[in-house]
Amino acid sequence: MKFAVIQFPGSNCDQDCIAAINSIEGLRAEYVWHKETSLRDFDAIVLPGGFAYGDYLRCGAIARFSPIMQAVVSDARAGKLVLGTCNGFQILCEAGLLPGALVRNRSLRFVCEMVTTRVEVADSAFTHSCAEGTLLRLPVAHGEGCFFADAKTLRDLNQHRQVILRYADENGRIVPEANPNGSIENIAGISNRERNVFGLMPHPDRACDERLGSTDGAKIFRSMMQTINANRAQAASGLARQVA
Amino acid sequence: MPKSNADPTVTPELVAEHGLTPEEFERIKKILGREPNFTELGIFSVMWSEHCSYKNSRKELKKFPTSGPNILVKAGEENAGVVDIGDGWAIAFKIESHNHPSAIEPFQGAATGVGGIIRDIFTMGARPEFCLNSLRFGPIIDGGTRFAISQNKEGPTARRNPQDRHSQIAANRRLFTGVVSGIAHYGNCVGVPTIGGEIYFDESFQGNPLVNVFCLGVLRHEQLVRGAARGVGNPVFYVGAETGRDGLAGAAFASRELTEESRQDRPAVQVGDPFKEKLLLEACLELLARDAVAGIQDMGAAGLTCSTCETASRAGSGIEIDLAKVPKREPGMTPYEILLSESQERMLIIAKRGKENVVREIFDKWDVPCAEIGRVTDDGMMRVRNNGAIAAEIPAKPLAEQAPLYSREAKPPSSVAAVYDRRINELPKIDNHEALRQLLRDPTIASKNWVYRQYDHTVRTGTVVKPGSDAAVFFVRYANKILAATTDCNSLYSRLDPRQGGKIAVAEAARNLTCSGAKPLAITDNLNFGNPYKPENFWQLREAVEGIAEACRAFGTPVTGGNVSLYNESPAGVVDPTPTVAMVGLIDKEEHITTQWFKDAGDAIILVGAVGGVAGPTFPNSAKSPGVGDPGYSLGGSQFLRVCHARKEGPSPRVDLAHEIKVQSAARELICEGLVKSAHDCSEGGLAVALAECCFNPSGRLGADVDLENCGGSRAGCAGDTPASTEEALFNESQSRIVISVTAENLEKTMSTLRARDVPFQHLGKVGGDELRIRADNETFHWPVVDLYDDWWNAICRAVESDSLAERIPSL
Repeated sequence: MKFAVIQFPGSNCDQDCIAAINSIEGLRAEYVWHKETSLRDFDAIVLPGGFAYGDYLRCGAIARFSPIMQAVVSDARAGKLVLGTCNGFQILCEAGLLPGALVRNRSLRFVCEMVTTRVEVADSAFTHSCAEGTLLRLPVAHGEGCFFADAKTLRDLNQHRQVILRYADENGRIVPEANPNGSIENIAGISNRERNVFGLMPHPDRACDERLGSTDGAKIFRSMMQTINANRAQAASGLARQVA
Repeated sequence: MPKSNADPTVTPELVAEHGLTPEEFERIKKILGREPNFTELGIFSVMWSEHCSYKNSRKELKKFPTSGPNILVKAGEENAGVVDIGDGWAIAFKIESHNHPSAIEPFQGAATGVGGIIRDIFTMGARPEFCLNSLRFGPIIDGGTRFAISQNKEGPTARRNPQDRHSQIAANRRLFTGVVSGIAHYGNCVGVPTIGGEIYFDESFQGNPLVNVFCLGVLRHEQLVRGAARGVGNPVFYVGAETGRDGLAGAAFASRELTEESRQDRPAVQVGDPFKEKLLLEACLELLARDAVAGIQDMGAAGLTCSTCETASRAGSGIEIDLAKVPKREPGMTPYEILLSESQERMLIIAKRGKENVVREIFDKWDVPCAEIGRVTDDGMMRVRNNGAIAAEIPAKPLAEQAPLYSREAKPPSSVAAVYDRRINELPKIDNHEALRQLLRDPTIASKNWVYRQYDHTVRTGTVVKPGSDAAVFFVRYANKILAATTDCNSLYSRLDPRQGGKIAVAEAARNLTCSGAKPLAITDNLNFGNPYKPENFWQLREAVEGIAEACRAFGTPVTGGNVSLYNESPAGVVDPTPTVAMVGLIDKEEHITTQWFKDAGDAIILVGAVGGVAGPTFPNSAKSPGVGDPGYSLGGSQFLRVCHARKEGPSPRVDLAHEIKVQSAARELICEGLVKSAHDCSEGGLAVALAECCFNPSGRLGADVDLENCGGSRAGCAGDTPASTEEALFNESQSRIVISVTAENLEKTMSTLRARDVPFQHLGKVGGDELRIRADNETFHWPVVDLYDDWWNAICRAVESDSLAERIPSL
C-alpha cells in the first residue's frame, strides 16, 4: 500500500512522515514534490508538518496554490484518504477541504510538548483501531494551532461527529489545563463531513517509535491501512457479486 | 589603481575608522605593493578583524589538542571539524556566538546566529540534526539585596537606585525573551530541533548577553566536501538570497566593545529568513549528492569577501568574480557594500566544469536564486570586477591567512587576590531549609521548561532524551547511531579562576555525557571574553585556554574547532569570562541511555565521589588522595553564596583530572553493566540541588531519604580539622561527583565494583515517599517534593510572564 507524502517548500516533517510510515508493516511512503500534478499511483495522501512557504501571509495560505493541491482536492473529493498533520492541517483548512481555521496559540508562544488526546469518534477511517475514549499520547509543536470556528460550523462539526480528537488530561477529562493552544472546545483534530479527510495539530509521525515515548501515532496510520483494505475488500466483493 | 569616482580617498583617519592600526596598514601596502583603494581597505578591515582572523587569540588557540584517531577534519581546516563515529558515518559540529547582534537586536541577532551555524554544518556536506545553545543574561528577578559587593563587583549597576534596577531587570527580560523567540523562530522553521543547552543569569552579562549556538550534522565519509576553490577554470556560483545592505561590516562591529552608542550599529545586524535557509539547505544537500561540486563555502561573517578569498586560499588557487552578476536586493550598491554585506542565507559554490546545468536545475527546482559569477584562476589573486572593471585585486592567501598575530600583555586582575581572602565561615547563619528552595527558584538553577517548550525539540524524530536531563540524547535513525551532547561552563568559576573554570567546563561536560551513558568523543568551544587589549582580560583568556587544553588532553577529547568572541563589554563592565565547552559523545547501546531522574521507590542512592569532593570516609588512600589542595567542603564559587548571600566569592572549586576520569570511568562501567537506573552530576547548587533534581521525574515525582551524617558531619580524610557545616555538606560544589540510583538487590554489587576500582563513594539512602529528607549534622530537613518542584518548575515562567514587555511570537 503506497502513501504519498507531499513536499512543499518549507515542509520539515516530510522525512519524519516517510520514516514513520515506512516503519509500519504493509505500508510504503514516497515523496511527491509540490510541483507535481498527479497522485494517481497512491492509496492515501499525507500533508506533513513544517512551514510551507515560510508560513508567510498566513499558515498554509500560499501552499494551497501549489500545483499538487489540485490533485489533492480532486482525489479527496473522489474519496481518497487525506491526512494533514500540523502545517498539513493548516493547509487543508486553507484549501477548503476542512472547515474552520487555525490561529495563533492563545499564549502567543510556540509550544512543543507531549499531549494527551481523546478519541471522540472510533469508527472513523483514521481511528479505526481505537475505541471511543481511547487516549493517545502525541507530541505537538506549533505556534498557530489554536483551532477556531464560528458557532454554526462548530455545531455542524459536533452534530456530524467530525471532531475526531480533543485535548484531554491523563484521566480523559476535557479540561482547559490539558489544552496546549487554547483551541475551541479543546479540538485537536477534525474530519470533513465525508470522513475521508482528517487534519490534526499533534504529530502522529513523531509517535511511532517506543524510544520517542509513544507509539500511539502508529494507530492512526494503521487505521488508514485497515480502512483502505476494508474498502478494497468491499469493492472486490461487490465486484464479485456483480460478476456472479 | 582601481578607484571608483564615488569612493572616498583613503586617509589615515579612514584607516583608523576601519579599525586598522598604522602598522597593519603598512603591512597591507606591502602585500599589495601599493596603497589600497576604498573597497580593498574594507576587505582587509573585515578579514583582519578579530572576528575573522582571530589575530589576538590564534596563538593561544594553538595550545589546544586538535588531533586524534577519530578526527577526519581538524580544527581550523574548514568551517567545522569532522569526527568519525564508525560504520562509515561521521559528524560535523561547531559552536558559534552571536553576542553583539543579540545585545542590540535580540530577536534577529539570535535568529541569524542559528542560521549561521546551521550553514556551517551543511557546508561540510552534513545534514544538520540538532542544535544546542548556551546563553547568558543579566538577572531577570530582583533578589533585593543582591550584589552590594562593594569591593568585589566593580560596575555601577550594583549600587543603582531601585528604579534603575527595575528598568534594568525589565531590559534583561526583554533580551532574554527576545533571544529565546529568535532562536525558536529560526530553528523551528528550518526544522532542526533545539534539544538542550544551558542558561545562566548574572549581573555581569547585563547589557552584553552571550548567545552561543551549537549545531551538529551527520554525513557519510564520502560525502565530505571542502571549502576550497579547486580546479582552474571551474565556475563559481552564487546561490541563495539576494545581497542587500544589511549586516554591513558585521564582523568589524563584533570586534568592538558595546557602548551606549551601539544601538546606532543596528544596521550591522543581519535579518534572517529561515524559510530561505531551509530551501538553501535542501538544495545544497541535493546538489552535493550529485557529484557536481568541487568546493562550497557559506557566506557568513564578511560575506562574499570571506568566502571568495578563503576558498582560494585553501586551494592555493585564485578566484575572479564580477559583482555585476551577483543577485542584489536593491540597485545602486557599491562594490564596497556588496563585498561587505552580511545578508543571510547565501553560499558560494565552486562547481565542476561541465556540471553547470546540474547546479542550475537543482536551484531552479527549489526556486533559490543562483548565478554564475566567476571562475577559479591559477594566479593566487582574489580579483573582483564590477561590470568588467577591476574593483579590488588582492593576493588571496596573505589576505585570508596572514593577518598579523598578536600576543597581548597578560596580567592577573588584582581583585582575584582579594576574592581569595574572604572568609566564608564568617557568613551570617541562614535557614538551610529555605536556602534550598531559594536556590531552586533561582533562574540559573530553575527548570528551563519555559524556554525549551518554545523550541521544537522533537522534529526529526531522534530526540530520545528530551531537554532537562544531564545531556541531550539523539538517535540518528538512518545511521543507527546514538549521540549525546551537552554544553557547559560555569562563568563564576572562570571569573574566580579561569584555568580551573576551563578545566571544569570540560570535566563537567564529560561528566554529563557519562551520566547519560555516553563516551566523550570531542569538543568544540566558544571563548567569550572581554577586550584583549586589557591585560586582565587577556590573562583570563590564556588561563582558560590552557585549562581547557589540559583537560582535553586528559580526557582524550580533541578540540575540533569553535569560535572566539572578544570585546564582550558593556558600559557596566566586562562579562564574567565564559569559555563554553560543547562536547559530543557516542552511546554504544540503547540500553546504556541513562537519565538523571530516580525511577522507583526502594532503589538505593549512591554518591560516586565524596561529599566534600575529595576523600570521604570510604576513600582508602586519603594521604595520597587526588586533589590535594582541593578546597573540598569549601563553599567558594557556589551558587549558595551567590544566591543566598549575594556573594560571588572564591576560591573556585578545583578539579583533579585523574580523579575525575576515575570517577567517570567507574560510573560508565556501572552503566554498561546495567546496574544504574539513574545518574546525575552534582553541579550548581551542590548535592542538595542535585538530589532535588533527581526527584523531579517527568513521569512521576519521587521522594528520597538521605543521610549525610556519616560524611557530612566529619571531615575525615579531608584537609583541615574543622568540621564541615551543614551548609557546606549540602551546597558545596566540589567536582567529580555523580548521584546514581540502583535497585536494592544491586547495591552490594555496585559498592563492591566501586571498591574494587578504588573510587570513593557513599551510600546515601533510598528513593521513596513524597518528601526529600536529608539528615546532616544532627539536623533533619523535610521538603515536600511537590513544593520543591513548584519552585523549580515555575520560577522562570513566573519571572517573565508577569512582564507584558516580554517578546512573543513575532508578527511576520
